[in-house]
Amino acid sequence: MARHPHHDQLAKYVSYVPHIRELGVQLLRLERGLCELGMPWREELIGNPETGGLHGGAVTTLIDSACGLCVLAAMDDPGPIATLDLRIDYLRRGDPPRGLVAEAVCYHMTRHIAFVRSSASHSTGEPPVATAQASFIVKGSGGGLAADVSPDMDAS
Amino acid sequence: MSLIRLIEEARRQRDFNLLSEAIPYARFLGIESRECDGELLGFLRFREGNVGNPALPALHGGVVGAFLETTAIFQLMWQRETASVPKTINITVDYLRPAGPRDTWARAAVTKQGRRIASVAVEAWQAEPGKPIASADCHFLLAPD
Repeated sequence: MARHPHHDQLAKYVSYVPHIRELGVQLLRLERGLCELGMPWREELIGNPETGGLHGGAVTTLIDSACGLCVLAAMDDPGPIATLDLRIDYLRRGDPPRGLVAEAVCYHMTRHIAFVRSSASHSTGEPPVATAQASFIVKGSGGGLAADVSPDMDAS
Repeated sequence: MSLIRLIEEARRQRDFNLLSEAIPYARFLGIESRECDGELLGFLRFREGNVGNPALPALHGGVVGAFLETTAIFQLMWQRETASVPKTINITVDYLRPAGPRDTWARAAVTKQGRRIASVAVEAWQAEPGKPIASADCHFLLAPD
C-alpha cells in the first residue's frame, strides 16, 4: 500500500490530542482511509477493580480515536470532522495486563458524511474485544480516498 | 472491600462517589456522582487531559461516551435491589453539540429492566440542561455468568 500523502501530518494526531497523548496511544499503521492505534496497558484503564477488567469507556476512547483518524486519512485534504454517532458492541472482557489495538476503516464517504467500521482486540489477529460502527460529519473535502478501501476489513 | 459490599455501602450512605473512587478509569477521567433532589446525576469536572480537540477546544468523544456509560451503570446500581455490577452489552452514542472545555453533567433513566437485560437512556449537558451535548442508549446484562 502506498504511503499516505498526508502521513507525517496525520501521524502527529497521537501527540496533538491531549487525551490520546495522556493514554500513551501509538500509531501502528496508517493507510488511505485506514488506521491502527495501540494503547498500552495501565492501571488507570481498569473498570472492575475485582477482576482488573478494562473499563468499557477506555475501549470507547481508543475506538473513537481510531475512527476519527481513519476519516482524516480518507480525506483528500484533511479538515474538521465531528463524530455524529458511535455504536460499540462489547464482545468479551478486556483482560489485564494487556493493552489494546484498534483498527478502523472508513468504507464510504459522501460530500458530508463518512461511514466507519472498527474493532479492538488485545493484539492484531486476536478475537475482538469490541466492534463498532460510526458516522462522522466531514467539512470541506469529502468523497476522497475512502473509495479505494475495501469494505471488508478482513481483506484489507 | 469487595465491589458488591462497596455498592451496598454506597447505597446505604447514598454516596456513589465511594464507587467512582474505587473504579480506576472513572477516577482517572474525574467522573463523580452527585445526588440532587433525590435523583442521581453524573458529574465530569473539566480537566485538560480529557480534551480530544485542542483547536476548538472540545472534550474527547470517547471520554464523553465513557461518562455516559458510567452514569448509566451507576443509575442501574442505584435503583436495583440486588447488588451486582451490570455488564455493558452495547452503547450507541449520539454526539449532538460540541462538548466545550467546562464541567459536564449527565442524567440516566432506566427505560426497561427485565430479569436479564436492562435498557438505559442517558443524556449529558453542560451550560443548559435543555441543550444536551450527547445522548446514549445502552443495554446491560444483569444476569451473572
